[in-house]
Amino acid sequence: MTNPALLLDHITCTFASRERPDERYTAIREATLQVGSGEFVCVVGPTGCGKSTLLNVAAGLLQPSSGNVQVLGEVLAGINRCAGYMFQAESLMPWRSAIDNVLAGLQFGGVERLEAERRARDWLARVGLSGFEQRYPHELSGGMRKRVALAQILILDPRLLLMDEPFSALDVQTRQLMENELLDLWSTDRKSVLFITHDLEEAIALSDRVIMLSAGPASHPIGEFVIDLPRPRDVNEIRLTPRFVELHTEMWHKMKDEVLKGYARSQKN
Amino acid sequence: MGRASPRTSRVRLALYHVLLLGGVLFFWYAMTEPGLIPPFYFDDPTRAKFFFGQPLEVLRRIWSWFYGGAIYLHLGVTLLETLLAFAIGTVLGLAFGLWLALSPTASMLADPYLKAMNAMPRVILAPIFAVWFGLGITSKVVFGVTLVFFVVFFNVYQGVKEVSPVVLANARMLGASGRQLLRYVYLPSATSWVFSSLHTAIGLAFVGAVVGEYLGSAKGVGYLIHQAEGVFDIDTVLAGILVLTVFALILDFVVSQIETRLLVWRPRSAETEML
Repeated sequence: MTNPALLLDHITCTFASRERPDERYTAIREATLQVGSGEFVCVVGPTGCGKSTLLNVAAGLLQPSSGNVQVLGEVLAGINRCAGYMFQAESLMPWRSAIDNVLAGLQFGGVERLEAERRARDWLARVGLSGFEQRYPHELSGGMRKRVALAQILILDPRLLLMDEPFSALDVQTRQLMENELLDLWSTDRKSVLFITHDLEEAIALSDRVIMLSAGPASHPIGEFVIDLPRPRDVNEIRLTPRFVELHTEMWHKMKDEVLKGYARSQKN
Repeated sequence: MGRASPRTSRVRLALYHVLLLGGVLFFWYAMTEPGLIPPFYFDDPTRAKFFFGQPLEVLRRIWSWFYGGAIYLHLGVTLLETLLAFAIGTVLGLAFGLWLALSPTASMLADPYLKAMNAMPRVILAPIFAVWFGLGITSKVVFGVTLVFFVVFFNVYQGVKEVSPVVLANARMLGASGRQLLRYVYLPSATSWVFSSLHTAIGLAFVGAVVGEYLGSAKGVGYLIHQAEGVFDIDTVLAGILVLTVFALILDFVVSQIETRLLVWRPRSAETEML
C-alpha cells in the first residue's frame, strides 16, 4: 500500500491563554485524518471548530501539542515543503505586481529571473490573467487576486494543496467560476487536496470525500462521507442532481446538531 | 461659487495661496515702513522696523547673499550637516529598528532605555556634543543623528511589527528563508512606514544642524543668524530663517519624489475624483 499524501495522526492542539496562563483552550482533540494520493478531501464543520488550526498543523506552520503529521510517509518537521497553502485572507505581497507575486516562490528557490518570469507569465495565462502581469494587487478585483494566489502556489507544483476557505470572500458567481477552474486545474494532474470550508454545498460539489468536524472546543472528526458523484463536474449543474440533494440532506442532518451545539455554547459565553 | 473642473479649482487655489502670502507681506510692509501710517504704538517711527524688520530689507539681504556669494559657504555647510545627519540617522534607525523588531530578547532588554532616551529633551545635548566633538561639523551631525534616529527607529519598529501575518506565512510556505523574509517581506513592508518618518526626519536633521550652529560654530546659516542677533540685525535673522525654510521645503520635496517612485504599489486614496 502506498503512503497517503498527508496523515494527521491523533493531533491535539491546546493553547494557553496569554493573559491567564492557567487557562487552557483545546481547539482540536485527537483528530486523525488522511488524504490519499490524488484525492480531493473537504473538511467541513461549524464556525470556530478549529478547521484552520488543523490546516496550519498540516502546513507545518503550527506545532501540534501532541500527535504527529506525516507527509508521504515521512514525519513532518518544520514547514511542509510538499504543500501549497492557499489562505482565506489576502496573502499576496501588496508591493509586488501580479507577475512578481507569482514568481516569488521560484525566486526564493533560486530560479533564474528570466526563466521564472517566463513560467509566471505562463501560469498567469492559465488562470486567465494575461495582460494583468504588471498590475498591483490593489488594482485587481477580489476574484483576480485569488487567481494570482492560486497561480503563485501552483507554479511550485506542490504535491499537496491546502486550502483554507479560499473563496469565502468572493461573491456567489465569482466563487462558482473559481470552483470550476480549480476543478479543471486539479483534473490535469490530480494533486492531493485538503480543502476547508464551512459550506456543505461547496464541499460536496468539489470533493471525493467530506470529513465533518464536531463543534469546538476539542473538536474532532465525527463523520466521513464518500462523494460518489461522477467527474468531471460542473459545480453549478451538479447541485441540481438527485444524488447531490440526497448527500446534502444526509450531511445536513448530521451537521445541524453540531451547529446547534456550537450556537448554544456561543450563547452561553 | 459654482462647480469648477478640478484643473481650474487648482489654479484658483494657487491664486489664493499667492494672495494670502501677498496680503501678509503687505501688512508687514505697511506696519514697519517708517512714516507710512501714523504712529500708534511706538513713539519713534523707526522703532517698528527695528523690532520686526522689513520685507524689502529682508529680500535685499537675501539677494546680496546670493548675488555677492557670501551665503554659499554657510549654506553648503548647513546642508552638508543636514544630509549627513539625515543619512546616518536613517541608516542607524533602520538597522536598529529591524534588529529589535525581529529579536524579542534584544527588544525587551533595550525597551526602557530607548523610551527614556526618546523622552529626554535632546536639544540639551547640543552643548555637550560641542564640547566632545568641537565646533566643526561633527558635533552638529552627531546632534542631528540623535534627533533623526528615534523617529526612524520607532517607525521601522512599528512597520516590521505590523507586517501582515498572512503575507508572512504565505512567503514562508513559498519557501522563503529567514534572510529572504527580511529582504522581500519585512523591508518592503516597512518602507511605507519609513517614508512617513523621513519627512519628519529631514526636518529634524535641519533643526539639528541649525541649532548646533547657533550654539557654537564658525560657519553655517545658524552661525549667520546668531551673529546677526548679536547686533540686533532682525532683517538678517529673518533672511536666514527664510532661506532655511525654502531649503527645508526643497529637501522635503525631494523625499516626496523618491517616495512616490518607490511606493508605486500603494493604493492612492484620490485615484478618482468626483465630478
